[in-house]
Amino acid sequence: MRLLTTVITLFGVAVIVFVVIRVVPGNPIAMMLPPGATDADIARLQAQYGFDKSIFDQFLIWLSGVLQGDFGTSISLRQPVSRLVLNRLPATLELSIMALLMAVLMGGALALFGTRFRDGKTEGVVDVTAGMALSIPDFLWGLVLILLFGVLWPVFHISGRISPALNVDFTTNFYLFEAIARLRFDVMADLAAHMFMPALALAIPLAAIISQLLKQSLKETMHLDYVTLARTKGYGENHVITREALPNAILPTLTLVGVQFTFLIGGTVIIERLFSYEGLGNMAIDAVINRDLPLIQGIVILFALLFTIVNLAVDMLYVVLNPRLRHA
Amino acid sequence: MRDARGDMRRPVGLRLWLSGGWLTLLVAGAIFAPWIAPKDPLMQDLFLGRLPPFWESGTEPGFWLGTDSLGRDVLSRMLYGARLALVVALVAGTLTCIIGAALGLIAGYYRGWPDRIISRFVDIWMAFPPVLFAILLIAVLGPGLWSIIIAIVVIDWTRFARVIRAEAMTQGAMDYVASAQVAGRKRFGTMLTEILPNVLPTIVVLLTLEMGIAVIVEAILSFVNLSISTDSPTWGGMIAEGRTSVHQAWWVLVFPLIALFLTVLSFSQLGEGLKDRFDPVLR
Repeated sequence: MRLLTTVITLFGVAVIVFVVIRVVPGNPIAMMLPPGATDADIARLQAQYGFDKSIFDQFLIWLSGVLQGDFGTSISLRQPVSRLVLNRLPATLELSIMALLMAVLMGGALALFGTRFRDGKTEGVVDVTAGMALSIPDFLWGLVLILLFGVLWPVFHISGRISPALNVDFTTNFYLFEAIARLRFDVMADLAAHMFMPALALAIPLAAIISQLLKQSLKETMHLDYVTLARTKGYGENHVITREALPNAILPTLTLVGVQFTFLIGGTVIIERLFSYEGLGNMAIDAVINRDLPLIQGIVILFALLFTIVNLAVDMLYVVLNPRLRHA
Repeated sequence: MRDARGDMRRPVGLRLWLSGGWLTLLVAGAIFAPWIAPKDPLMQDLFLGRLPPFWESGTEPGFWLGTDSLGRDVLSRMLYGARLALVVALVAGTLTCIIGAALGLIAGYYRGWPDRIISRFVDIWMAFPPVLFAILLIAVLGPGLWSIIIAIVVIDWTRFARVIRAEAMTQGAMDYVASAQVAGRKRFGTMLTEILPNVLPTIVVLLTLEMGIAVIVEAILSFVNLSISTDSPTWGGMIAEGRTSVHQAWWVLVFPLIALFLTVLSFSQLGEGLKDRFDPVLR
């Protein structure tokens, strides 16, 4: 059932993307040709890209291609969209996963800290920090980080994904994962130094959301009977929070992290641009600037697919982590 | 029913003063830009390129916050950039608010089939990630000021519709609405004279937050060069220029960034502050 709605959603996205793109004023073919091109040239190229058929036929051709992994040919880069997009996807995935890890660690730590020292000045500080972090979007955090760690105290790289001087031959495009697997610590350090700031910029707003919600659920859980029981058994406050309250309080946060993770992946579009990081989002902006319709379609569909997978994964994780559902 | 007079008696918090103060300053700067800007924001002079701000050595009189690589005055460009940022905030924010709030009111008060249709649209909209939506819309509409405004309205109306629908539903179930009906008021009239005033505080809060979003969206799109033409001064455009020359001339990036940062923060703090003031539970 869940899978069926997923397929319907994806189909809906495909239809919307296709229809919206076809409303585009201005002929993309005309932009590809030099000014002196004849009408015959235009017609030939239109036939080559299938623009001479009816919209419905174009959609069927395009959809059957998409299902076979053929997203057409990029107009500006003149290469298959599927290859371009899949080459860039690993970079975006690595960045997003890194950002998610940072957000969970920072947000979780902040929430635990705020709960441990609740009803005091420390909690107030935690609340204000999270509130501020949340009201500033990732784009601005990225710029602030560039000034801090790129200019004032230049410890990290402000652009690119890897130093060209390293000259490593990767077999996959998952540079970081591959470097970890091959135990190339020098490469890992270089990749991390490039990835740190964009990942942190993406992570800060999410960390704030996580800390706010997790702290709230923790505080609610702390009033429950079984937590009081653990206290009367003589367990210390740290044990009570992390071992007793946390497993129960984490579930609402998990659902939220799923939704927010898709927003974070969406945020990579502008953050990759800001840090000249060679990922899918950076390519998306170039595609919009060049009005490269097949490429835009491919990227949007891939993003939609990614979001759907994340949502499915969170649903499954929820079942695994929720003791009430595990045995049902 | 909420007592609107009660709001006024509470002391205005520091964050409302600070955020309101910055925004007032900004509006004044934007309106009077042609009179107070020290230089022409478009005037280039390559001999005056990358002048530092006034407190450093090697400056020229009149260029308070320095110049960019083409010798254009940073302060003047910021003042003119504020005009665009505020126009987008005002126009996009208001249009989103009117469309979203109207649909939310109708759905929440009339219920029945209007509610079913509007709610279904909201659900579909929310399932579509905003960034992808924005990419698609800008690709279709082409770069430009109106594209930005249309994109914001088309993407964000659900923010208002969802919240106002819920509020209108709660208000519609209250006794005073039933009394108005018994007294012979038309439904549409009741919606405007009874429901609307009571959801107005929420609308104002959402509008304030939406304006902050509009400012950042405009900055991002002009940063990636998908806003209005490149010669018009925009904060995002200045930040993009400053980003490339950050090691040679930090001030080209820092000053517009501070302005953008304070503006976005002010709108959100103003919204949150108003929310606290209007919320009867907290009062």
